[in-house]
Amino acid sequence: MNSQDLPRWATAFVMPILNLLSALLVAALVIHLLGESPTESMAILINSAVVNPEGLSYTLFYASTFIFTGLSVSIAMQAGLFNIGSEGQMYLGGLGLTLAILAFDSSLPAWALIPAGIIGAALFGGLWAFLPGYLQAKRGSHVVVTTIMFNFIAASLMNFVIVKYLIPAGEQNTASRAFAAAAEMPRLNQWFPILGETPLNISFFLAIIALIIYGVMVSRSSWGFKLRATGLNKHAAHYAGIRISKMIIIVMLISGALAGLGSVNSIMGSTHYLSLNFVGGAGFVGIAIALMGRQHPVGIFLSAVLFGALIQGGFDLSLEKQNIPPETFIFIQGLIILFCGAMENFYAPAIAKLLKLKK
Amino acid sequence: MQPAVEFRGISKHFGAVKANTDVNFTIAKGSIHGLVGENGAGKSTLMSILYGYYRADGGEILLDGQARHIRNSQEAIALGIGMVHQHFMLVENMTVLDNVMLGSEGGFTLKAKRAVVEAQLREICTRYRLDVDPLATIHDLSVGAQQRVEILKQIYRSANILILDEPTAVLTAQETASLFEILRLFKDQGKTIILITHKLQEILDITDTVTVMRGGRVIGAVPTAGTTKEDLANMMVGRPIENNLPRAPYNPGEPVLQVENLQLMDGQQVKLLADIGFTLRAGEIVAIAGVSGNGQSELMEILSGMRLPTSGKVDFKGKALPYAGRSDADGLPRTFRDMGIAHIPEDRLRDGVVKNFSVMHNTILGYQDKLKNRWGLFDFKAIAARCAQLMQNFDVRPNNHDLRIGLLSGGNQQKVVIAREVLAQPKLMLVGQPTRGVDIGTIESIHTQLLALRDSGVAILLVSVELEEVRALADRILVMCGGRITGELKIEEFDTTRIGLLMGGMHKS
Repeated sequence: MNSQDLPRWATAFVMPILNLLSALLVAALVIHLLGESPTESMAILINSAVVNPEGLSYTLFYASTFIFTGLSVSIAMQAGLFNIGSEGQMYLGGLGLTLAILAFDSSLPAWALIPAGIIGAALFGGLWAFLPGYLQAKRGSHVVVTTIMFNFIAASLMNFVIVKYLIPAGEQNTASRAFAAAAEMPRLNQWFPILGETPLNISFFLAIIALIIYGVMVSRSSWGFKLRATGLNKHAAHYAGIRISKMIIIVMLISGALAGLGSVNSIMGSTHYLSLNFVGGAGFVGIAIALMGRQHPVGIFLSAVLFGALIQGGFDLSLEKQNIPPETFIFIQGLIILFCGAMENFYAPAIAKLLKLKK
Repeated sequence: MQPAVEFRGISKHFGAVKANTDVNFTIAKGSIHGLVGENGAGKSTLMSILYGYYRADGGEILLDGQARHIRNSQEAIALGIGMVHQHFMLVENMTVLDNVMLGSEGGFTLKAKRAVVEAQLREICTRYRLDVDPLATIHDLSVGAQQRVEILKQIYRSANILILDEPTAVLTAQETASLFEILRLFKDQGKTIILITHKLQEILDITDTVTVMRGGRVIGAVPTAGTTKEDLANMMVGRPIENNLPRAPYNPGEPVLQVENLQLMDGQQVKLLADIGFTLRAGEIVAIAGVSGNGQSELMEILSGMRLPTSGKVDFKGKALPYAGRSDADGLPRTFRDMGIAHIPEDRLRDGVVKNFSVMHNTILGYQDKLKNRWGLFDFKAIAARCAQLMQNFDVRPNNHDLRIGLLSGGNQQKVVIAREVLAQPKLMLVGQPTRGVDIGTIESIHTQLLALRDSGVAILLVSVELEEVRALADRILVMCGGRITGELKIEEFDTTRIGLLMGGMHKS
């Protein structure tokens, strides 16, 4: 059964919702087996993730990073490239950002410093994806293989750079020195005190702007047309005069830059220093978000918020319920990826049958 | 006459589209029954119902006089129905034997059964004079041989009723002749054959009876002996088909394309094109005839910028085409298109369209940068209007530009491609196999369009393996064989035997 033969409302709404409910059902079962009440747990999770304003703002804070990594994976997917290196690209983006801030935070004012950090993040993230892109375009090395390897290289490289050069003398913490206050992304609780002490910052709006630009470029621009043609049929793209190798390199640069921008929220918006393993899987979550959101801007947004909510809600849940370990949210996240990503079309035949019966 | 298959009042609709309406006819046992009709006339739907892919909304099918409800293709196979699809269902990297056994392995290891089946296959091959080695690997076989494997598969599964969907679309003339011999043997053994084809000559050559469908209904079922191509074409299209399309007198203008000493070698230094040279003038159609796979495709790829030649010179309107100094052809088609070269590719699904794009998006493929505004964005209102105009001019059906083009019939996809390329107002039009898999009414309209283009002063280079088409369109004919041009004829000198000899590699006399 080809899911494309189903009407749009079915593939865009009914199927993702069914997949999500299935994942939650399995999660509920596991929670029940752990000896806790699934309904009560779900209530705690939802209350803590979206109902309570402070919780909601944490959810949106996590979502800001996820939107960028989700966009990173999505834009590469439009060109038929499976970039699973967003993790490493975001990690390197964090390095670019930090180097820019450390170099200028004693000399530049905030209005210049923040853009410098953003540019540093995009630049390093983009360059880290350039080599896999180049190798794919010119040598045919599969981008999946190279980006996986680049994640490992990034991890080792960052370990080396942070430990060797960035830890201030006399410090034990594996992190750079803290940035000057001018490098802090303005937080939204300055204007909305109801949000409480949360790190939600203007990166969230940057993420929304990135989503809009992505949406317009992909579906309304000539460049996006070429991008999608390359992804859907390379022969026809070549026939249409599209320079495929250039397209691959450029889209990988953009994909890496978007992943790099994910670090703006986590570092400039929250910790204000570069620490070891700060990415913490956000790049991999981006893959799930791109798959679940079907590379559509609205879908990416909703899935990013969902994953943000899971982290926030899952954290509170493990605090309140003794039998539920903190890893539960990773488990639920895994279930969602399984149902929405790997088993994306699980319900397609059943829906097709139902629709046929109706006719 | 004993009926093998009887369709009684078969109806089937998809949404609002009525694919079959009250279809009634009978297929006699031990006969070859032709089924003709335009694309979308309902032939494939009907055969899919017979083969169990679809279930009819109404009516019944009788096999050997007994009403049968065929729910899936396994049941169809069990009832002795076999189908050879237009696109083969073979695993390329497995042997003929393994392909035949696939699905009926009968045990955990294959070894024991393999020897038995191999012996059976050899026996079938002898009996039906099928020239197939059971131990050959599929991807080493020619298209004709692969088709024989499909037939072999059906015989092995003891099919008594064999459905062939456009079996000759991919075959050379010789392969077609040998296929027909096999089908006659089949018939002599008392088996029934249903042949779907666009080529009316084939219907006359081999069938006993022919059923014509149009718009989902049976228009007529007649004995082949009493009918003519013209009658059939009229029934199919619902109006007389013009064989000699009007064209302006031959009056070629300036040379548009001058090819000199063009060579192409592949990675193993095998010559794919050797010493190609010819001139094409404005307002003429030069057709390249030849058996498919003799360098025509490569020549078209080079001329359209999709591939670089190894050496040689091509002048377009007096200026050399920019092959020199490039390491690959990435982006070159764009340069050529900007210069005024349009290209209707022979493999439209591979090169000509993006199947998952809408019809509208496909009408801008290749011209995407001409239609953007200064912000690089499309004005979809204008593009939709352009698309609507183009779909109307070329009668693309169904008239819905949001439909994925993959859902259109082959003929309508082709119309979209041709409309798109004609709209660009090129100086040179490269046309590869414009009517492959296209029905007779559409062929007429495509030919009319190409002739109009010629009359308006466009230079057209046509590659076709159909001599009928070459005769209908060409002003001059070049024959290719083994990567070389083996001869040139004017249209007045058209002579099937001579062209056939040149196609076989007999050199210039």
